[in-house]
Amino acid sequence: MAELKTVGKPMRKKDAMNLLLGKPAFVEDVTPRDCLVVKVLRSPHAHALIRSIKTDIAMKVPGMVAIFTYKDVPHNRYTNAGQTYPEPSPHDRLILDQRVRFVGDAVAILAGETEKAVDKAMKLIKVDYEVLPAVLDPHTAKDNPILVHPEEDWEALCPVGADNKRNLVASETCGEGDVEDVLAHCDVVVDHVWHTKACQQAMMETFRTYTEIDPYGRLHVVSSTQIVFHVRRILAIALGIPKSKIHVEKPRIGGGFGAKQTSVSEIYPAFVTWKTGRAARIVYTRQECQIAGSPRHEMEVHVRLGADKNGKIRALDVYTLSNSGAYSEHGPTTVGLSGHKSIPLYTGSLEAFRFAYDVVYTNVQAAGAYRGYGATQGIFAVESAVNELADRLGIDPVRLREQNMVREGMIMPAYYNEPANACALDRCMARCKELFHWDEKFPVRDMGNGKVRAAGVAMAMQGSGISGVDVGSATVKLSDDGSYNLIIGAADMGTGCDTILAQMVAECMDCDLDNVEVFGADSDASPYDSGSYASSTTYVTGKAVEKACEQLKGQLCTLAAESLGCTSADLEFTGKAVRRCDGTGEISLADLAIKSQCSNNTAVQATASHSSPVSPPPFMVGMVEIELDKETGSVTVLDYKAVVDCGTPINPNLARVQTEGGIVQGIGMALYENVTYSDKGRILEDSLMQYKIPTRLDMGHLQVEFESSYEPTGPFGAKSIGEIVINTPSPALAQAVYRASGVWVRKLPITPEKILLGMRANGQ
Amino acid sequence: MEIQLKLNGRPVRDSIDADTLLIDFVRAHGCASVKRGCETSNCGLCTVLLDGKPVLSCSVLAARADGHEVQTLEGLQAEAEEFVAFIADQGAEQCGFCNPGYVMNTIALLRENPDPTDDEIRAYLAGNLCRCSGYEGQLRGIRAFLSARNQAKEGQDRG
Ligand code: FES
Ligand code: FES
Repeated sequence: MAELKTVGKPMRKKDAMNLLLGKPAFVEDVTPRDCLVVKVLRSPHAHALIRSIKTDIAMKVPGMVAIFTYKDVPHNRYTNAGQTYPEPSPHDRLILDQRVRFVGDAVAILAGETEKAVDKAMKLIKVDYEVLPAVLDPHTAKDNPILVHPEEDWEALCPVGADNKRNLVASETCGEGDVEDVLAHCDVVVDHVWHTKACQQAMMETFRTYTEIDPYGRLHVVSSTQIVFHVRRILAIALGIPKSKIHVEKPRIGGGFGAKQTSVSEIYPAFVTWKTGRAARIVYTRQECQIAGSPRHEMEVHVRLGADKNGKIRALDVYTLSNSGAYSEHGPTTVGLSGHKSIPLYTGSLEAFRFAYDVVYTNVQAAGAYRGYGATQGIFAVESAVNELADRLGIDPVRLREQNMVREGMIMPAYYNEPANACALDRCMARCKELFHWDEKFPVRDMGNGKVRAAGVAMAMQGSGISGVDVGSATVKLSDDGSYNLIIGAADMGTGCDTILAQMVAECMDCDLDNVEVFGADSDASPYDSGSYASSTTYVTGKAVEKACEQLKGQLCTLAAESLGCTSADLEFTGKAVRRCDGTGEISLADLAIKSQCSNNTAVQATASHSSPVSPPPFMVGMVEIELDKETGSVTVLDYKAVVDCGTPINPNLARVQTEGGIVQGIGMALYENVTYSDKGRILEDSLMQYKIPTRLDMGHLQVEFESSYEPTGPFGAKSIGEIVINTPSPALAQAVYRASGVWVRKLPITPEKILLGMRANGQ
Repeated sequence: MEIQLKLNGRPVRDSIDADTLLIDFVRAHGCASVKRGCETSNCGLCTVLLDGKPVLSCSVLAARADGHEVQTLEGLQAEAEEFVAFIADQGAEQCGFCNPGYVMNTIALLRENPDPTDDEIRAYLAGNLCRCSGYEGQLRGIRAFLSARNQAKEGQDRG
C-alpha cells in the first residue's frame, strides 16, 4: 500500500483553537438568549400516583407562560433510547405520566419568560401524591407483586424477553458446550459475584436543548446530542407529529460518553414550543443530571470460572442481573455486552460457556448508555475472576492470560462466532509488560512507612459499531476552489471524529487536510447516520467516507472527460487534477469545480452509506501500580500503562487522549464514584461535591502506546477506540488493592472503608 | 441595583438584581466562554479574573464586581493563544467545554509562576475538572509550551 500522508498522522483537530479560545460553540452560546425558560418539576417519591395537581396559583406568577401536566400530553408511549428502529428498548414512557416511577421523575413542565418566574412558580404547584410502595432492590424486582409498569399500553417492539407484568426489561440465556459438565471436571472453580454502580458520565456540559418554530412551521431543535436522527424519530413519536415536521441539529457537544445517546432533555422544550409556538430552552442543572440523567446500568455479575491446575481456563459461566431503573432505555442491549465482550477474551482455551441475564425494572433513575456499555461491568467481573484464579494457582496473571487469551485468526464462539481478523492482544500484553516493568512491579513492596506498593493487570475488548444494524453515511462534494465539503450525520462530541473523517477524505482525495471542510450533524442536511455511539464512527462512517470518495472520483473523471474530449476510462485522478493517462492533457480541480457550475449535468457530489456485518473488537491491556496506606486504607494511583490495538490509529494524538480520558474515567469508577440511595430511593450523590470524579491529582502518571493491527473490513485498517478504554481500571485496581491489602473488593467503588473493613475481617 | 465595572477593558454599567451571579452577568454581556458545570463550586469551568485574580464566577455576586475589573477569555485571547496552540497539538482540547476555565486559570498560574513544575501545574489547576482528556494531554501541552519558550529564551540569551 502507498505511503499514507494524512491518515495515521497526529493532525490538529479542526476546531481545536476555537474551542481552546472559548469561542461560542455550544447550545447555550449559539441559540438566542431571548426565549422561554423551561424547567421540570420532579417527583420527590420513588413511586406514586398523582391524585391531583393544581397549577392555577403558579400560573399567576408574572412571566409564566405555560405549565403542562400529565393531562396535557399525548398518550403515546415511546422510549428515549437512541437506537435504530424498532428499538430493542420497550416503549414505556409518556412525556408526563400520572404515575411517577423514581425520585426525579417528571411531574410538570414549566415555561416562563425568566428563570426567576419559573423558579417561583415551581414552588407554587400543589401536587397531591398517593405514595405507593416502591421496588428499590433489583434482587427482588423480578416477579415482585409491585409493578413499575403495570400499564396495558406498554409495548416491546423486539423479542428481548421483556414482560412488564414481571418487571422484566429483558431476559436471555445462550451458550456453547456443557458448562456444568466442564465445571464439574475442573481442578479449580472461582465463583463470586461482582457489583458495579450506576455511575454518571458527568460530561461537563449538562443536557440542554433549544427549540423554535422555523419559517416553514416546523419544529427546529438545537440540542447537545449524539443522535440527531434518533432524536427526530423519538420526538415525532412522543409528540404524535410527522417526522417531516422536525429538524434536529447539534452544535459542538460538551462531552457525551453515551449520556447523549438518550434523548434526555429534548422533549420538554419541544413540547413547550409545539404547544405555544414560542422558542424555548432547557438547561439541566448538575443535580438534574445526577438524578434524572441516563447513567450506567448497575449490574451484578456472577462468574463461575473453571480451570485446570496448570491454568488452562476451560469454562466460563456468567449471569448478569442488570438494573434498568424506572425505564427501559438501553436495558436490553447494554447487558449483552457484559458477557459477549468479556468471555471471548478467553477464546484461546475455552471448552464451554454460558451467558444468561435478567434486566429488571426498579423505582430508581433509569439507566442508559455509558462508554463501555455493559462490557465495562462484565470485564470487571471476568477479569477479576481471572486475577483471583491466578492468585489461587500461584501463577503470574500475565502468564495466565498469555496461556488463554484470544489470538488473531481464532473464531470467537461467545462473540457471535465472529473471527478475530485483526488481533494484537498478545503484542499489547508483551509491550505493556515491558513498558510497565511488570516483573519488578508485580511483587508487593513494603515501603517501610506503613505503605505498600502493588500492581494489577487487566485486558479488555469492545466492538466497532453494531453489526448488521448501524448505518454510517457521508457526502463528499467538490467545492468552488477545488476543495471538498464533507457532510456527516455522526456527531463529534469532542472525540475529534470531524477531523478523523476529514483525514480520510484528505487521504482518499490526495489533498491537504485544510482542503476538507466538515459539516454535521443535521437531520435535514446530513445523510442518514445512526449517530455517534457503539464505537461506530471511525469504523462504520469512516468506510462510508472511503466509498463516497471513490464515487466522487468517478464523477470528476466523467466531468473531465467532457472537457478533455475523451472517455473517463482514459483518465486518472491525481489529487490536484484529472489527467489523460497518456499525458496529453489535464484539467485542474479548481477548473473542474468552475465547469461543474456552468452548463453541467454531472453532479460532483457523492453520498455513500455503509453497514458492516461484523463488529471487529479492539483489544487492550492496562497495568496499574498503586500505593496503599495500611493505616487509612487510602489508595494512590502511581502509574498507569496501557497498550491498545485499535487497528490503525487514524489520528494517534486523538486516540491517545481518548485512551487517557477513558482510563481516568475508569479510575473514577473504580475508586471514587459512588451512587447510593436513601431508604426512600433518593440518590445521595447528587452533585459534584458528593459524586467525586477524578481531578488531576488523582490519576498518577499515564502512558499509552498502540500496537497496530490491520482490520480488513475497516477504513485504512481501523477498528474503534472510544469505549474500550474505560474497561481495564476496575479489575486492574481491584487486583492491585488485593495484592497490597489481602482484600478482594468485589463491589465498586473500592473505598478505603471497604479495604480497612476487609483487612480487619482478615485479622490484619 | 446599578453596578459599574470594567469588563475586558470596556466600561460596563448595568442595573441588576442584587442576587445576580457574576457568571450570569458576564454571559449576558457577551462573554460566552464562561461556562457553568455545577452548582457547588466544584468544577472550575466558570473561572474569570477579578482584578487579575482567578475566581469562580458562579460563587461571586455580580454586585461584588462593582467598581472592579473583570476579565474573561474573550479579553485575553492573545495571551491564551501563545500556549493553547501547544495543547491543540496534543489533541487535548477534546470537547472544549472545560477549556476556557482551565485556560483562564493557567493564565493566572503563568503570571504568578512563569516556570512551574509539573506538580505545581497539577496543584494549581486541581480545581479545574475535565471529564474528557484525562488531564495528561493538557499537562503535556503546557509542558511543551514552557520548553519551547525556555528554549527560545536560552537561544536569545546565547545569541
Ligand atoms: S460552575 Fe462549577 S465551579 Fe463554578
Ligand atoms: S475537554 Fe471535555 S471536559 Fe475537558
